[in-house]
Amino acid sequence: MEAKTRSKVLDWLDERLQVQVALSFLAKKVVPLHRHSIWYYFGGMALFLFSVQVVTGILLLLYYRPTAEAAFESVQFIVTEVRFGWLIRSIHSWSANLMVAVLFVHMLSVFLLKAYRKPREMTWVTGVLLFFCVLGFGFSGYLLPWNTLAFFATKVGTELVNTVPVVGQPLLIFLRGGEDVTGATLTRFFGFHVAVLPMLTTLVLALHLLMVQFQGMSVPPSMQDQEDRMKKMPFFPNFLLRDALGWLVALGLLAALAAVFPWELGVKADPFAPAPAGIKPEWYFMFMFQTLKLAPSHILFLEGEMVVFLFFGLCGLGLILVPFLDARSRRGERSPLFTAVGILMILYIVTLTIVGYLVKVG
Amino acid sequence: MKQLILCILTALCLAGPALAEKKDTCVSCHRGLDGEMAAPVQGMPQDVHAQYGLSCADCHGGDPTQEDMEASMDPRRGYRGAPTAEQIPTFCGTCHADAATIRKFKPGLRVDQLELYWTSVHGKQHQKGDRKVAQCVSCHGVHGILPGSDPRSPVYPTNVPKTCARCHSDAGLMAGYRIPTDQFDQYKTSVHGRILLEKGVRGAPACNDCHGNHGAAPPGVSSVSNVCGQCHPVNSELLKQSPHQKPFEEMGVAACESCHGNHGVQRPTDDMLGAGEGSACTSCHERGSKGHQAAEAMRAAIDGLKARRDAAEALILRAEQAGMEVSQAKFDLNEVGNALTKARASVHAFSLARLGETVKEGEALAEGTTRKGEQAIAELQFRRKGLGVSLVIILGVAVALFFKIREVDRRRGLR
Repeated sequence: MEAKTRSKVLDWLDERLQVQVALSFLAKKVVPLHRHSIWYYFGGMALFLFSVQVVTGILLLLYYRPTAEAAFESVQFIVTEVRFGWLIRSIHSWSANLMVAVLFVHMLSVFLLKAYRKPREMTWVTGVLLFFCVLGFGFSGYLLPWNTLAFFATKVGTELVNTVPVVGQPLLIFLRGGEDVTGATLTRFFGFHVAVLPMLTTLVLALHLLMVQFQGMSVPPSMQDQEDRMKKMPFFPNFLLRDALGWLVALGLLAALAAVFPWELGVKADPFAPAPAGIKPEWYFMFMFQTLKLAPSHILFLEGEMVVFLFFGLCGLGLILVPFLDARSRRGERSPLFTAVGILMILYIVTLTIVGYLVKVG
Repeated sequence: MKQLILCILTALCLAGPALAEKKDTCVSCHRGLDGEMAAPVQGMPQDVHAQYGLSCADCHGGDPTQEDMEASMDPRRGYRGAPTAEQIPTFCGTCHADAATIRKFKPGLRVDQLELYWTSVHGKQHQKGDRKVAQCVSCHGVHGILPGSDPRSPVYPTNVPKTCARCHSDAGLMAGYRIPTDQFDQYKTSVHGRILLEKGVRGAPACNDCHGNHGAAPPGVSSVSNVCGQCHPVNSELLKQSPHQKPFEEMGVAACESCHGNHGVQRPTDDMLGAGEGSACTSCHERGSKGHQAAEAMRAAIDGLKARRDAAEALILRAEQAGMEVSQAKFDLNEVGNALTKARASVHAFSLARLGETVKEGEALAEGTTRKGEQAIAELQFRRKGLGVSLVIILGVAVALFFKIREVDRRRGLR
């Protein structure tokens, strides 16, 4: 009886949406099994954490008020008065940070395993764009509780845009909604955080996932010759069940973090107060922040800040273009130069982040 | 030739813009002299009078346009020379006691300094012919006088105690006046002294805030509470209404000073109240007396409120350390602290009933704050239990999933 009903529902759906095509595609989809297969799970994990962000973000929207006068108080209300508001807010903050961490791992593993090589160039490009979107989410979301640290970190962060030649000043005005960080900036960042970035991310994410499905998982170059003989696991249900197990563990971890280490609210921002000591950005911007601090005031005839900003801008562009720059990988050859670049990149990010947290402020 | 040009340029630079405008032979001659004859012009660049365009002749008279020394320092040209110690107050007062003159330079400046000086102990002694007492230059200096707002000035608030101590800590100088010389040593360790001298808070009282400056004199017994009341008006007002006021007046006891001391006044503690060690009450009220009992009761009331505040604070701290959001409770705790301060101040009314009212208000606030702390701790326990239950459920599903994975793997021949 149950099977009959299910078949009826499937038939009804198939007549209208051709679900059988998707189901047969899923049934045939396999995941290669080898010693690097573990890295395949990080994309799914990032997707799960992104879903958590969407759900908790929508719930926070029910109470959050994006004005300088009410933002801090509304978050305070969420964490003190709203039933389970503290949990939702803490999970949103923790999940955001875990998502960035997982994305770092996902992107760097794809980089080192050269999974961006032909024909997956566009999967890589959309992936890097997604990473930038997530950083944008992080930067815009950091300001939303309107607390002192976030206020001044945003002030410092947006100030950097000013160093860009020609377009710097107009871009700064556009970002801040005026000369300075004010309530207009908060409202603008809120707009980026809940409308612009979600729309962009949804589009790029859809493309990214479609390409992953069509092209399947990449096998590392060192094992490519054994791909035909390689053991494979059906994507559905074996791989998906494993994914689900990982998500469940992540959910438990999020719950524990939110309950044991609730995300701090801090002190309400006072635009007229002097900047407090120890202003720091979110940890994932720390390596850039530290680079800026260590850079000399002038490099050749240019301002140090401008050089660093342009350097990271070029690095970002370079990251997007990696599949087109790595000619050896494209030809299916080993590419030690890009492996070295990847390792250097990891070392640089890790070292500067640690230095950023260890070095005492002024 | 080059050397000559260099000399002229240097002379012009040193002489300043005033010299460029008018001839001043006092400055040009004295600069070329040695020792104390050069001293008058050495301080000129920083002198407040020079900054207003005044020069030597404006005080000492004479004609600075004359090249000849005799002519420029001719009494017929108004030359008065250096004033004697006796003349100094009136010498300075020529301008500083003349509103019309002062108005031309700094209309807001007071012109009653000389008048006040004659009312001071210094001034009175001076009139009696005592030349050891302080007059204008003793405190303000001479030639190179800085405005009182300049941190280098001897009368800048943080420098005042040392300036007074130059004479008042000099046992030899003070021997003839039969006054103590340990005021500065006491002051340095006092609550006022530490705030002024160590923390540099200019609003903290220095010698002149209690004794006056130009009219400096020790406050009389009856004035002490008015003097202290300048900064501590609530305590002073309460004391005036207290049962202590009348007996203090009758006994000729300086009100505030009798418990807190004067130059060495320390930060008051609760130990000053009651019957224990360090109590100021027991120096007058004998054990078993009504006053003694009232002191003990008042101390118990203060201690009770303090204990309630401390308990609420410990509870909120515990909740905060566990990551709970307790900003409102902390704000309320601050209010309890304010109530405790108010209660401590109200001790000066020396009325158990009055203190009881203030303490009661504070206790009500403390109770509300404690309740908020307890709620935070209860919420914390709820969260921990909720987390435990959630983790057990998640773990159960994870284990089920694990076995499901094994099963599907086996079915697909992956194991």
